[in-house]
Amino acid sequence: MTADPGNMSCEEFQAQMSELIGSGQDASAHPHLQSCERCRALLADLQTIADAARELFPSVEPPDEVWANIESALKRDDEVEK
Amino acid sequence: MTNTTSPERTPSRSRPNAVKETLRADSASEYTNQGTKQGTKQVPKQTTKQATNHAAKQAADEAPTETRKQAPNETRKQASGGAGAATAVDSDVLARAQAGDHQAFALVYALHKRRIYSLCLRMVGNVAEAEDLTQEAFLQLHRKIATFRGDSAFSTWLHRLAINVVLMQLRKKGLSLISLDEAMEPTPDEGPSRSFGAPDLTLTGAIDRLALERAVADLPTGYRLIFILHDVEGFEHNEIAAMLDCSIGNSKSQLHKARLKLRDALRTQKSPEEQP
Repeated sequence: MTADPGNMSCEEFQAQMSELIGSGQDASAHPHLQSCERCRALLADLQTIADAARELFPSVEPPDEVWANIESALKRDDEVEK
Repeated sequence: MTNTTSPERTPSRSRPNAVKETLRADSASEYTNQGTKQGTKQVPKQTTKQATNHAAKQAADEAPTETRKQAPNETRKQASGGAGAATAVDSDVLARAQAGDHQAFALVYALHKRRIYSLCLRMVGNVAEAEDLTQEAFLQLHRKIATFRGDSAFSTWLHRLAINVVLMQLRKKGLSLISLDEAMEPTPDEGPSRSFGAPDLTLTGAIDRLALERAVADLPTGYRLIFILHDVEGFEHNEIAAMLDCSIGNSKSQLHKARLKLRDALRTQKSPEEQP
């Protein structure tokens, strides 16, 4: 059963928070936040953390040696099979 | 035959025994007419290191550039077609790799290496270890790739394999973690505090990368895994649930707890200097 957004408890709102963050929706317009400063602050913090994760942890290229090692191991396996 | 939309969310994913991954683009298809057919183990003519490196490098060059920096979550997912889209494998390349074609396997490696290495690196926090784990994950992939039947997206399947390699390593290191199930169920002590924070303790300003790295490294393994997969790697909850064999609700709940715990940690780190 979905709670009425305007009458949500903090617990009910926070259960949805994981989805709200990064969903593209304007979570700040949620009715619960109009009257709950604590959840507003929490949402801002968690949004900051999620944004920081994307910005501060770019994907990293492994060094070429990793593929070279994989290739050597595969060649060894092939030779053993023969 | 080209599909640049989100292959991870294609309904055809449910078809059984399908080894077909929806095409990312034609970039890989030039390798598909070189002769290896599914089910016949053929040694490709070009099996030299140079040829394979060429395939890997070319695939890497052709792989879409990740543009995750600065992009909001939704924009990123729409732009890239989801986390798995950037690394979707041409069905023929996958079939050839399954049939033992080294060149095709090199292409699979080239398309997935960044994500798997990054996952390993974020999970263990050590470059040398991450390299070893990446190597082990792809060696296991080579041994098991023929068993992939397309019941899930290939990238989901590969990530699951890599996650198991990482968890095995953490177990070897003597951490209490034993299985994925246990990783997903941190003890109450490891969970976030129940105090959801008064406004006066709110995080302010930019988060320092080192502080966040420290906080992520200190997360219980299950929380760390979900946080990395969702907030760093950009996977969606349905994909994570498939990788970790948990419910979507569990994935959401664990992510929320992970973020709460990070918030606790970051506030604690900030407090000595910034709070009176």
